[in-house]
Amino acid sequence: MRLTSVDARAAALGLVPGMALADARAQVLGLLIVPHDPALDRDWLDRLAQGCARYTPLVALDPPDGLILDIAGAAHPFGSETALVADVEARLERTGMTVRSALGPTADAARALARYPAPPAPDEAAAIRRLPVAALELDAEATRALARAGLKTIGDLASRPMASLAARFGADAADALRRLLGDAPSPLDPRIAPPPVAAERRFAEPVTSAPHAMTILAELAGEVIAAMAERGKGGRQFRATFFRSDGLARAIAVETGAPTRDAELVMRLFAERIDALRDPIDPGFGFDMIRLSVPRLEALGASQLALEGGAVREATTDALADRLATRLGRGRVRRYRPVDTHIPEQAQLELPAVDAPPPQPWPAPAPGEPPLRPFWLFDPPQPIEVIAEVPDGPPQRFRWRRALHAVCRYEGPERIAAEWWRRRDNKGLTRDYYRVEDVQGRRYWLFRHGLYDEKPDPRWYIHGLFA
Amino acid sequence: MRESSSPLAGLRRRVARIAASGGPSGARAGGWLASGHAGFDAALGGGLAAGRVHEMFAADPLDAASAAAFAALLALRGGGAAPLLWLRTADAARRGGCLHAPGIAELGGNPDRLLLIEAGDAKALLAAANDAARCPGSAAVVVESWGRLPALDLTAGRRLALGARDAGVTLLLLRLAAEPTPSVAETRWRIAAAPSRELEAQAPGAPAFDLELLRWRGGPAGARWRLEWNRDDQAFRDAALSGAVLPLASRRTLESRGAEAA
Repeated sequence: MRLTSVDARAAALGLVPGMALADARAQVLGLLIVPHDPALDRDWLDRLAQGCARYTPLVALDPPDGLILDIAGAAHPFGSETALVADVEARLERTGMTVRSALGPTADAARALARYPAPPAPDEAAAIRRLPVAALELDAEATRALARAGLKTIGDLASRPMASLAARFGADAADALRRLLGDAPSPLDPRIAPPPVAAERRFAEPVTSAPHAMTILAELAGEVIAAMAERGKGGRQFRATFFRSDGLARAIAVETGAPTRDAELVMRLFAERIDALRDPIDPGFGFDMIRLSVPRLEALGASQLALEGGAVREATTDALADRLATRLGRGRVRRYRPVDTHIPEQAQLELPAVDAPPPQPWPAPAPGEPPLRPFWLFDPPQPIEVIAEVPDGPPQRFRWRRALHAVCRYEGPERIAAEWWRRRDNKGLTRDYYRVEDVQGRRYWLFRHGLYDEKPDPRWYIHGLFA
Repeated sequence: MRESSSPLAGLRRRVARIAASGGPSGARAGGWLASGHAGFDAALGGGLAAGRVHEMFAADPLDAASAAAFAALLALRGGGAAPLLWLRTADAARRGGCLHAPGIAELGGNPDRLLLIEAGDAKALLAAANDAARCPGSAAVVVESWGRLPALDLTAGRRLALGARDAGVTLLLLRLAAEPTPSVAETRWRIAAAPSRELEAQAPGAPAFDLELLRWRGGPAGARWRLEWNRDDQAFRDAALSGAVLPLASRRTLESRGAEAA
């Protein structure tokens, strides 16, 4: 086992990442060790990024341990860019992090300046030219080759012709250098795309009571709805972010099945969602900022009031579906859509009602025929024991859930082959389906999984119950 | 004597409202969920009253699919676009099976009207049922529950019934693997699968149901029907009263004996 990372005090004691754990233990008595958990680190980084959304909506992750903030035009509430950086550092240090920050003209430049220590320089461009060549993050061999050639800093490289660099180390090296120098764009991949409509409120004194926070959220809802009404849009998704004064943030989102501009409805959905949370919103030392954004907009015309007074009461079941989906979970309120396949259990899709596609026609039954598909379907099918007169004949008696059923009517087999054209090995067992009725008049859908020439002893299953 | 004193008029209105809602044969604007079978509908004064709670018990857990299909057919019968809200718990799919939309299409219903709501447990199911009962605009609300459902006591039942009456929503409580208990339901049914009319080559025919009216607030109970669903007419009709039905095996042996005798 090896050390993956060390904190400042451990580094001062002479420990370095990559060192064997046994050596480190021998060197330092009472060493405190925490197992490395990349998933948890990533999660923590994501939470920090969410907290940093207070400064700018454009926050990108730079795993495993970096955050890139695009602060263009976002520094004015703090007075200057350096004041903003100081605020970011102070807030992150309050969560126990050791912060190394840098400002740069492009994302790649800022990242390199933060990650690779460079000697102090009068301005940003000079600082970039003084960075070591390792900041290009080429592979180890290329970096060593550059060092052997006497090219120690980015400035050394930049003074050479780009073509010879590309010829020796590949186009990637040249691209990396251009991005670092700001000659090529280094686009940011933000964690959450900036929402088209948002409203936020900052507080001089943190808000410590949750009901008060909800009142402010309701005011913000009024603001975003007014903004959407101007544009003739309605929101499909609303996201409330509560920024705590200790630097962390909690986001809660609700969705609606149709675009809406009803502030009351949105607040009711938020109340439902907050009631259903397993861990309630904890103000901690208070929220110092609340933001309500609308990530999904759709066109929505102005609503008309009914002639006899009062708003039009339409789509009330849609509102109910939204409310229940918010309370029970998105996938718990579903609609059915057909799928073109012979395999019975794949013939329908159960989709969340909030974003189900428009209905498609279902296969029409043949007139005069009894129903050929069951009302209830078991997925997966349940195994049964069957007694048949001849091996590949219809079932005569079957045992399901410990009870014996005597078959008095049957129809079949309806042979459904596996979808061999979708499988790479062209295999899969054929199913022989029988519609049977027992002496009590109950109707079942049974099948034998496999023909006798496909499988020596095919098993029987019950797949559904007819009306 | 002046009659226009406002408290008196208010009281009169209240009395009239109570009489209209609580009366045994109170006529409502809501209408009925009719079956399309003349005798059945006439006996109930038009069908299952809309805006009321109706309980449907499966005679046996094995009859659950029949009881559920009867509820769905009553609600979806005759077209329209109003959605059918189907509430069930998450473990219902394991006990009864998933609702199979192609099967509903085969019965003549439109699966696009179906909105499935899956609650985590019985408590969440009743809470969702309360919300659904207060939401006008649905064809019917089916609440499928398995087992005794102790959370649905008289108070909870009354709350459901009041909500359904105010919103004009028909609530069908589908009680599977449960025994009837006192409740405020308008009607209470016991439903079982009935042998179907045999098609050629011993094939099972259209779905048939044995219905028993256990309780009716508006009249005498105890009536029984055996109805068959006719998909092409979108209506129920009398099922064939076939004689004794023999299991396949014994019938085969009888036939073979007959052949020997001949």
